[in-house]
Amino acid sequence: MQDVLLDVQDLVVHFRVYGGYLKVLDGVTLQVRSQERVGLVGETGCGKTTTMKTIMGILPQPPGVIRGGRIFFRGQNVLAMRPQELERLRRSGISMIFQDPTAALNPVFTIGEQLEDAIRYALGRTDHASIRERAIETLRSVALPDPLRILESYPVQLSGGMRQRVCIALALASPKELLIADEPGTSLDVTIQDQILRLIHRLAEDRKMAVILISHSLGVIREWTERVYVMYAGTIVEEAVTQELFAQPLHPYTKALIACVPKLTGEGIAEGIPGRIPDYFEPPSGCRFHPRCPYALDICRKEKPKLFAVCENHRVACFLFGEENR
Amino acid sequence: MKELLMVENLQKFFTTSRGVVKAVHRVSFAIYPGETFGLVGESGSGKSTVAYMVMGMYRPTAGRILFKGQDITMPHTRRPLALKKDLQIVFQDPGSSLNPRRSIGEILELPLRVHRLVDTRRIRERIEELLSIVELPPEYAEKYPRALGGGEKQMVAIARALSTEPSLLVLDEPTSALDVSIQAKIISTLVRIQRERNLGYLFITHDLSLMRNIAHRVAIMYLGRIMELASARVFFEKPLHPYTKMLLSSIPVVSEEEEKLKPARVFSTGEIPSPIDLPPGCVFHPRCPEVREVCREREPEMVEVEPGHLVRCHAVSSGS
Repeated sequence: MQDVLLDVQDLVVHFRVYGGYLKVLDGVTLQVRSQERVGLVGETGCGKTTTMKTIMGILPQPPGVIRGGRIFFRGQNVLAMRPQELERLRRSGISMIFQDPTAALNPVFTIGEQLEDAIRYALGRTDHASIRERAIETLRSVALPDPLRILESYPVQLSGGMRQRVCIALALASPKELLIADEPGTSLDVTIQDQILRLIHRLAEDRKMAVILISHSLGVIREWTERVYVMYAGTIVEEAVTQELFAQPLHPYTKALIACVPKLTGEGIAEGIPGRIPDYFEPPSGCRFHPRCPYALDICRKEKPKLFAVCENHRVACFLFGEENR
Repeated sequence: MKELLMVENLQKFFTTSRGVVKAVHRVSFAIYPGETFGLVGESGSGKSTVAYMVMGMYRPTAGRILFKGQDITMPHTRRPLALKKDLQIVFQDPGSSLNPRRSIGEILELPLRVHRLVDTRRIRERIEELLSIVELPPEYAEKYPRALGGGEKQMVAIARALSTEPSLLVLDEPTSALDVSIQAKIISTLVRIQRERNLGYLFITHDLSLMRNIAHRVAIMYLGRIMELASARVFFEKPLHPYTKMLLSSIPVVSEEEEKLKPARVFSTGEIPSPIDLPPGCVFHPRCPEVREVCREREPEMVEVEPGHLVRCHAVSSGS
């Protein structure tokens, strides 16, 4: 693939717990090209955030253990980086914003103190006036009105939407090539979520930045990304150009998930997916979805399916597709 | 058909150190037996405050609540036991609404004892029956809430609400904290239970797509007021209030067919104002794309533009 910015291959991450390991990530593979908007969709506990934290080098170890796989950013091996190199990566390469902007901001410092700190760190400058100017400019770029007042405010004095804008400003205090947005609008109202996603989209275009948008909302993914990875229980089960995925989902899990979303067409509510997400302590053998899959074959219990290219823009990890997988 | 619940000009003001929060302002609606009434709004719109007043948890500042024709505006401490039995609620977070130190069996047993609903020897049998209504196996009576998933806990909360055989169930965002695959399961169970028992649902939610699929009528709230109320079909096919249109056009959807049903894109701008410091005139005017002079000065009245379709908007009621 040309122009690959981020390349994650077969990432395996476990968590050490009392009496054994939670086998959370089971071979996650994904790529992001420069300036591409990629979605990662999956339900609670499927490993979306663990994957991203590992990429950022902020996975707590212990309890996390990276058991295998490779992560390359701009061709550099992230997993082999020393602490200073990782710091440089986060300073000028990748940034991340989280679901809960309230938890991401320090409640006892003003927005100005936090933002100026981030700018000082990112740019390595110490001249107070220019940092102040830069802070005001950054707040303007995330469409926050009255930046001078906001610099003096504490997080508690701002609304949820404004706090998330501040977090975006913090993440983009210095130019980045990749922004990871982990459920950036989930804790906000739908009209405010819409504003935040539009802001991320505009910033990505203006600054020629790639974005990984993580969400459990299929609607958000469909609207704001170009290519999408569907995750289930620590594995990528399907990958496609966004339009293609929603027009023709292939994996039984993706199909079931889309069927569960209440539609504006009002065709009623699906019955849900039987069973529940597997226990990571003892995950199912073979395909991790097989105990809940209505089409499960014998082989699904024994072997783990690989991602198989159905066409150029669409890959699926399921034995129902592709001879090579059987 | 006779109304199960009638809410008339309900108001609720809270006095805080920073000023008076006008949480609910002259809200009126009715719910009929077997009907799902969706009360939709963003955070701070006052939808949960309305639900809590119906339950007697808050005392209204003004207005009346009638249940089966009887005035029930009094606080829950003064409500007769028979009324509490007939009116039940399911909360958003089943993690905090179930006592972690009681087994599921004990949780379901309590209302049966309080209301003396079954003979002591038959309690066990009734608990298993309640579990089966929400499609949980009888062994779950021995489990504790911590052993259950979020969806299963919510099913237990629903079983507990049903244990007293109510005729109206208030559902306060019962699936908002859950994944869609689990939401689908809970919603389809609720729909089945409603059909079997002709229950009335007051469904509080921020999810319009969900209401399209299960509500018979929908009301939308903004800063304590109902802005538009209509049958679900009319509400989604012919929304009139600019706020309704903005909300509908902001919903992320998963198919082309749905995209076609959305009103023309109305970009959402501005923040939701604080309910302490409400804008003058129409409370929506600072964010409204169709704002006029009159909107800044006078608050619009609720107008019935068609039978059953009510809108609070100057632009709509002046007929252009």
